[in-house]
Amino acid sequence: MLKDSADRLRHELADQSKNLWLSGKALAAQNTVATGALAIAAAALAGYALWAGARISMLLAALSVILALASSVVSIGADRNSFLLRHTAFVLLGLSGLCGVLGGGTAMLARVEITGEFPLGLPWLAWHLRLDALSGFFLAVIGLALVAVSLFGPNYVREYEHGRRSLALLGIATGVFVAGMELVLLADDAFFFMIAWELMSVSSYFLVAYEHEQAANRRAAFLYLLMAEAGALFIILAFGVLAAFSEGFTFSAMREASPAPVWTSIAFTLGLIGFGMKAGIMPLHAWLPEAHPVAPSHISALMSGVMLKVAVYGLIRFSFDLLDSLHWQWGIAVLVLGSASAVLGVLYALMQNNLKRLLAYSSVENIGIIFMGLGLSMVFYSTGHPHLGALGMVAALYHTLNHALFKSLLFLSAGTILHQTHESDCERMGGLIHSMPRTAIIFLIGCLSIAALPPFNGFVSEWLTFQAALQATALSSGVLRSFVPVTAAMLALTGGLSAACFVRVYGVVFLGRPRSRHVRHAHGTSSKTMLAGPGLLALLCVFFGILPAPMVRLLEGIPYQLTGQLLPSRHTLGWLWLTPVSPETASYAAPLVLLAILLAWVVSFKLLQPRGKAVSIRRGEPWDCGFGGLTSRMQYTGTAFAMPFRRLFAQSFDVEEMLDEHPPDAQNKRAARLIYHLHIGDRFWRWLYEPVANAIWRVSRQVARIQTGHIRTYLSYSFLTLIVLLWVISR
Amino acid sequence: MIWLLNILETLLFVAAAPLFSGWIQWLKCLAQNRKPPPLWQPYRDLAKLFRKETLVAEQASWIFYTAPYIGFSVAVLVAAIVPLIWVGLPSAAIADVIVLVGFFGLARFFQALAGLDIGTAFGGMGSSREMTIASLAEPALLMAVFTLAVSASTTNLSAAIEYHLAHPHAIRPSYVFAGLALMLVAIAEAGRIPVDNPATHLELTMIHEAMILEYSGRHLALIEWATQIRLMIYGVLLANVFFPWGIAQSFEFAVLLEAIAAIALKLMILSMILVASETLLAKMRLFRVSQYLGFAYFLGTLGMLIHIVVEVGP
Repeated sequence: MLKDSADRLRHELADQSKNLWLSGKALAAQNTVATGALAIAAAALAGYALWAGARISMLLAALSVILALASSVVSIGADRNSFLLRHTAFVLLGLSGLCGVLGGGTAMLARVEITGEFPLGLPWLAWHLRLDALSGFFLAVIGLALVAVSLFGPNYVREYEHGRRSLALLGIATGVFVAGMELVLLADDAFFFMIAWELMSVSSYFLVAYEHEQAANRRAAFLYLLMAEAGALFIILAFGVLAAFSEGFTFSAMREASPAPVWTSIAFTLGLIGFGMKAGIMPLHAWLPEAHPVAPSHISALMSGVMLKVAVYGLIRFSFDLLDSLHWQWGIAVLVLGSASAVLGVLYALMQNNLKRLLAYSSVENIGIIFMGLGLSMVFYSTGHPHLGALGMVAALYHTLNHALFKSLLFLSAGTILHQTHESDCERMGGLIHSMPRTAIIFLIGCLSIAALPPFNGFVSEWLTFQAALQATALSSGVLRSFVPVTAAMLALTGGLSAACFVRVYGVVFLGRPRSRHVRHAHGTSSKTMLAGPGLLALLCVFFGILPAPMVRLLEGIPYQLTGQLLPSRHTLGWLWLTPVSPETASYAAPLVLLAILLAWVVSFKLLQPRGKAVSIRRGEPWDCGFGGLTSRMQYTGTAFAMPFRRLFAQSFDVEEMLDEHPPDAQNKRAARLIYHLHIGDRFWRWLYEPVANAIWRVSRQVARIQTGHIRTYLSYSFLTLIVLLWVISR
Repeated sequence: MIWLLNILETLLFVAAAPLFSGWIQWLKCLAQNRKPPPLWQPYRDLAKLFRKETLVAEQASWIFYTAPYIGFSVAVLVAAIVPLIWVGLPSAAIADVIVLVGFFGLARFFQALAGLDIGTAFGGMGSSREMTIASLAEPALLMAVFTLAVSASTTNLSAAIEYHLAHPHAIRPSYVFAGLALMLVAIAEAGRIPVDNPATHLELTMIHEAMILEYSGRHLALIEWATQIRLMIYGVLLANVFFPWGIAQSFEFAVLLEAIAAIALKLMILSMILVASETLLAKMRLFRVSQYLGFAYFLGTLGMLIHIVVEVGP
């Protein structure tokens, strides 16, 4: 009987594996069909875009929004049929991204300015749309990240297929989220802008709260929603100030208005707080390291890589385009906030052990660098150096593009690691370079780019920012002249710290020996598309690092459209060279530098071989001080790596260190177990958030006194309020 | 033709670097009443290492093999950019001084990764310390360099030296501060006493040596050579940027000879200062290094402020 059942089991297993194999084959076929369709559609769109020229860019942008919404609609049925999400919704998102890249790219190339009206909205205010070089650039950035995410996503969401969570919710919210971001870029009146902004914020709340079983995730999502809405209130107020001085809510009316400097400063401050809160600038960043790690990885990539950029777009649009004039004090404020965010962001990133949380803090750092570029730009514009202002803005925009590329790459790769090892704590990883070699190379390119090392793209944007800061001698005010180079030194410190941070990440996650069982038995992902997403981004990182000049030339169109000024130097040396100010002042030719390095490499490799002998490399045990038996627990940990920084910058953290000594056992009088606890908290919680939260509690307790619990009291409150409001309006 | 000369100059630089180290070693031995090794001892050491078998730890990945080559190539690249005897280098235009600092960062990044690659405590410790010091040294270095860059209004090294040669009689107090800052940073970056001791193998004090403890044979030779080139790069930077006299501005044979003699003399004097400080000072504790580098940063900032307040016309 036993033998019978064993036989039966074997047959069943064989059947099942056959079924599995068949379904796998069918899936592969579907995949090929989907990829083929995508390629044909892309080719057709590209051809049409080239043929129709600039006029088509608005159509493509609209198509991009429609496709994102379509992916949202399609995924309604995803709960019953996950195929819909994995092979239809993601394909639609990818197409939407492609349309965004093409539409945005053509808008930038042709420096178009297309406006339109959409017959929806309030009776007296239709939705105004506008596509120019600035929104085109951000549209293209969203598109690039979206294409990578749509390649990566289908395999990643497999994990959620058999859980209790709703796949439909994931698909719907993702589609609306993307459409919301794209509509923010296209909006040309304050009303529509806020609707799109809220679409983006609220739909992403559902994505952050997606893995809602854990209380910590719910808390993070609530904090995110709270701060997003508070930020939105500030933005509404900022628009309100401008609207009060102009004939309506359209952006074109706001551009015409010229309020008094006091009012523009108030509007700017409100806008800076509102957009800064969404961008995650310190000290308004608290939601970012909570919310980004808990979302599914491809959503984290979109949020960190792209959504923060939409906030940067908002700030640029608001201050450079809508406001009447710029003041150097604003530039200084943005510069100081940017420097603080950059240095503190990277310091906090250095201390994190959760990989995705670390990446989130590093986003704070990079947004800081973008803000530094924008601050320099404001200082130069407001003091009458528009060419240098253009340089600062190009540096900021280039870093925006770069950060979107490498942060999406890193989040997607972190997703791959999470998917393959089910581990998110760096201290339990290690040695993944042997089991996941391809992900290791992709992740390394991301690390090198984000650490601002040449010849990768992050270096180019930091180099441009340095060049902008070094032009401070052109300023006439002595205070500004001496202040601006100091921020350049802050940028240098950020660069050094972020290199240390990413050495730590890569070393602890990918190198050395595996630190846990899951990681020891992990293997690389077999899915090609899951590698293709981050792989595409890695290629772009290298490309924009080695050939920056064409992109800089393209970016020049944005300050040109906003203020009518180009870069100081008109690319005198050709496409190989980057000469932002003039060829005598500074030049950088990445392809030639790379050529020189390769030459040196080949020569050192060929010439310095011992003659007449084959290259002999022998493997051996590393030095173990003669004790023998090195284990993975003897490696340097990430916490140990970061210890010198923790000590040197102790004032920046709330450090709690505790040693738990478990009672000694009777025999050998030694502590049985030592447990070391280390908690590094964000100082701003204690300095800013807790006081504010306590104040709100106190006020709400006072307000609670008018609560009686009787409906008639509440009705009379409402009635009185209405009367008072009517009186105020009719007065 | 110009590029050929540039390559020749680079080769001279790379070939002379071990000699410079040997000279410092020789001088140091004399100063400490020891019998000095011959001047060409570093060449012998390198030749010996190149001939030896290369041993690699079991769990090392490709990062471990490639790091020495990256480090050496970067050192050669930077040697090609820094003007040694002739100022009109065409290669100076392909990478300015910020790119130079960036490439040193790239080499350090890979070296620190290689330290973590073998999964021992020593490697990680060395990487952690090296990155700590480097991240503090980088802003100080750039601040000193920015003072130069702002006064010559260029970050191109050749152009900066040419600018200073063109204005030989201008008195620039900011340079004193920038020069001192650069000297302090150079000592830290080159891993010399009082920041790090290249001769120690004591686990508590090692910084750079801990990181490269597992290297042997050809790999170690490349790393050593790159370190020697880097030391000489900092020496030449100090010598030629702050005291550009004697550097050749044309190709005449006599002028070039004179330039070689001038740079040799300048480097000799600089190495005497280095030897004196290495002989008189003891190595600092690791956590004192932050104060040391903070002081260097402070000097650099002072130099910048003095330049802006005193040297820029109204």
